[in-house]
Parts: sequence; structure tokens; C-alpha cells
Amino acid sequence: MIHPIPPGTRDVLPEEMRELRALKAALIDVFETKGYGEVATPTLEYDEVLTRGGGRSDHAAYRFFDENGELLALRSEMTVPIARLVATRYAQADPPHRFCYVAGAYRAVSPQRGEMREFLQAGVELIGASASDGTVEVIAVLETALDAAGLGSAVIGLGDADLYRDLLGEYGLDEAAREGVLERLAAHDLVGLEAELGEAGVGAEQIATCLALSQLRGGAEVLEQARGYGAEAAARAADRLDDVNRALGSRIGGHRVQFDFGLMRDLSYYNGAILEVYDPAVGHALGGGGRYDGLMKRFGLDLSAAGFALYLERVHTAQIEERRRGKEGR
Amino acid sequence: MSAGIEGPLRLAVPRGALFGETLDVLDAAGVDTSELRGDSRSLIFETAGMTLVTMRPSDVPTYVEAGAADVGITGKDVLLEQSDRPVYELLDLGYGRCRMVLAGRKGSDRLGEGTMRIATKYPRIAERHFESTGRQVELIEVKGSVELAPLVGLGDGIVDLVATGRTLEENELEVREEIVECTARFVANRVAHKLRAAEIDDLTAKLREASGR
Repeated sequence: MIHPIPPGTRDVLPEEMRELRALKAALIDVFETKGYGEVATPTLEYDEVLTRGGGRSDHAAYRFFDENGELLALRSEMTVPIARLVATRYAQADPPHRFCYVAGAYRAVSPQRGEMREFLQAGVELIGASASDGTVEVIAVLETALDAAGLGSAVIGLGDADLYRDLLGEYGLDEAAREGVLERLAAHDLVGLEAELGEAGVGAEQIATCLALSQLRGGAEVLEQARGYGAEAAARAADRLDDVNRALGSRIGGHRVQFDFGLMRDLSYYNGAILEVYDPAVGHALGGGGRYDGLMKRFGLDLSAAGFALYLERVHTAQIEERRRGKEGR
Repeated sequence: MSAGIEGPLRLAVPRGALFGETLDVLDAAGVDTSELRGDSRSLIFETAGMTLVTMRPSDVPTYVEAGAADVGITGKDVLLEQSDRPVYELLDLGYGRCRMVLAGRKGSDRLGEGTMRIATKYPRIAERHFESTGRQVELIEVKGSVELAPLVGLGDGIVDLVATGRTLEENELEVREEIVECTARFVANRVAHKLRAAEIDDLTAKLREASGR
């Protein structure tokens, strides 16, 4: 007899379970070695807690009432639950706090798209380290984690979350016009972006700068290009990225880390450095992260924060594909 | 989903109304399309440094989003209707110009009053248009010739793509409102756009020049 399960969920059988377990163990091993203690938080949270975090956790798709009439939600990521945990249990402890996790999260999906409602995320949170140190440490952990997963071809794209808000302010756009432009930038709709900037009364040269910045990605040479456009916001972003690059021992521009001035993350709580991870074997980003200094304040602690999350199933797909290509190449 | 991010760049080419002009623009951009012009029934064509994959225009965002094609060409109407698919829209190629319109029967005043019933192949574009203009409509999704619907009483009007307006004319329909103008667009997968930056930037520049934008 066939007993169905909801679309976007799945059973995992022993062979895949063994591989996933090995991958999880390899990642947790990297995180723990770097000083990130593993934590678990409830799959269910009060909806009010997730909404307080803002960003994607705001969009928790599966909500329901418990037997006492409380509104609960399934978490859609782990950053907000860990912010809640730190604010509640470590308010008196000296920062920085380092935590890691491998945990299931839940999101609504568009039907017939091959997306999963339930998926695993593996990541770290570094809370209360100074801004540049924190970013650099998190990138270094991510690099080691990708190596441990065997993803020799994976690339980390590093961008700046403040660039466009800053740039559009420099261009004199008001809040409403800015939101429209940022929306186009986030969707990477260059045709719409050009039109939107034109309607907002931005000059042709400045439009060209904004379009060029959104396409600017690569090694250390793109920092000079960004400074060359004559926009102060772009020069400031280039300086901030340059600082990260120096602190990383100028590793950016090697095959592992690339600068990306066009990078936008859809979570509203980011500021400063943002990152995304790509692998040639998978058409979607493997994960992402960055800085979110405002997040802890929403939970009553004024601490900086940085971290990343990888989609474990996508990392697994990339791992299998890279192994296959590695064998064929030899 | 395994992507074509290594090996030759994979370009999704739309068959149908955009096919001819797409091949012309690709030729002008230095992509050899001679094999596609024959009557081959193949769907995949290898040319120097690039793999051309032919498909329905409405499938282009699906293949590009998943990374099964690195880049592609399709109409803005398709992108608007599938706006939940995160593909990068890099270039307006300018050709394939047509208008998304609201049309009704000639001489009928049944549009604009009360709750309209509208037949369309583009339910999401139609829904957004009526929502943003504060009107309540009942949308009926059809797959084929949408001009048929109001003629036989399935709906008071249609939302559809119009190039010359001849089809509307032949069916005693007339344009009431223009919703948006659509042209062919060059799109990219977001991972390919990062990992194959040089190739995609190069192709974008050539297409920009070829399309005279």
C-alpha cells in the first residue's frame, strides 16, 4: 500500500544516511576544532521570537496554535534561534561566543520546482567579536569546512551589504526610490534597474556606474576598478573589502575567494561583509552568510555578529559530483 | 541538480516567435547558428566553444534557474509571468517587441464595471495588474488561443500578448489598456554568472553590440 508524504519532504535511506553522517561529522569536526561548540535548539519556536529576528525568519511558513492557544512556528533558519539562545542564556557571560549547528529548517516552496520544504543547514555563529576580526575568522572557518567536505572547486563570493544603500544616498535618492532600486539590484534585473534609476532622476554617468558595479566580480584587480568609478560609496566598500583581504593574508583572488560588488543577500539583517558559496556542480548557491550587527540588539544585547550556513544536501550533491569528476580526471 | 558550469557555455535558445531574430543576433555576436537553421530535429547543437539548447521560450527560466543552461534568451512576458524564478536579467535585446494588453469585444462596455471575468495565459501578470490598479477580477487560465474565450462567453475580456494586433482585429476584439511592453532578454544562472564571469561578460558585450543597444 502506498502512504504518501507531503511534497518537498523525503525519506533518507541507509546508504545516503551514512554519507550524510560522514559529511556532518567532518563539518562539526572543523567547527569544534576552531572553537565553535555544537548546539541544538527547538525545531518549534514562538512565532513572536522568529518575527523579532526579521529577515527570512519572518517568513516562517508553517505556523500553528498549540493546546494553550500559543502561536508557534517551525524555524526557517538557525541564526535567529541562536541569537535568542545567546541573549537568554549568555547575557552575563563575556563575549565572544562561538556556536555551530547541523539542524533541519523549514520553508514554503513553490510547487513543482524541485525545492525542499525540509532541509539541513550546517553553520556557525560568532557573536561579540570585533567587526573585521569576526568576518575574517568566519571566512577562514568556511574555507576549512569546504576543504573538509572535499569541495576543491567551490568559490566564496565576498561582497558588501552597505554598498548600494550608501551609493543611492550619495546619489540623493529618497527612501522610497531607494527601495525600488534595491529591489531591482537584489533580483539582478539590470534592465529594470536602469529604468528605475532613470525614473528616479539619476544621471546617465551615475547609472552606468551603478550597472557596472553590479557586474563587478573577480580578484584583487576589481578593487581598483571599483575605486576608479569616482563614487565615494564604491571606494569605501573597496576599502572595507581590502581590509578583509589583507587580514586574510591576501588570499582573495585565488581560486577560493572572489570579490563580488554585485552580491546582495535577501535577509534584511545584514550589514558590512556578506558572502555566498558556489560550486560548479550545483546551479544554486550552496549557502551564504555575513555580518548582522543589528540582530542581537533586537534581542536586547548590543553585540556584533557574523556567521554562515551551508545547505547540507547541496554540499552533499557537490561532494558526489566533485568526487566523480576527480576520478574521471585521473 | 548537475549544472553545465564546466565545459562549453550552455545557451538556451527559444524556439517559436523569437527563434529567427535570436539566431540573427547570435550570428552577429559571432555564434555560429547555421546548424540550427537546417531542418534538424535535434534539440542540442554544439558550436565552437558553446552548446546551444533549443526549447520553448517559457521553459528557458526553468533551465537557467536550475543551471541546466548557463545563459538563455527569452521574452520579458515569460520572465514577468515566472518572476519567482531567480535568474539574472542582463540585457534587453530589443527585438520581439510586443505589448501585454487588456482587450475586450468591440462595442461592448462590459469591461470596467463590477467584477470582470478575464481569460488569460498570463494569470500572474494579469493578477498583479488588476491588484495594483485596485480592481477585482475573476481570472480564468487557458492554454491555447485566448481570443476564443470572450467570443463564446468565457469571460468579458482577455489579457494577452499582442504584436501587430491582427489577431485581435480578426476576432472583433480591441485593446482597452496596455499593461507592459515586452522584448527579448538575455538571462543568466546566478552561479554561472559568478563562476563563468569572463565568458558571460564577453557574450553580454557581444550581444549588446549585435542588438544595437
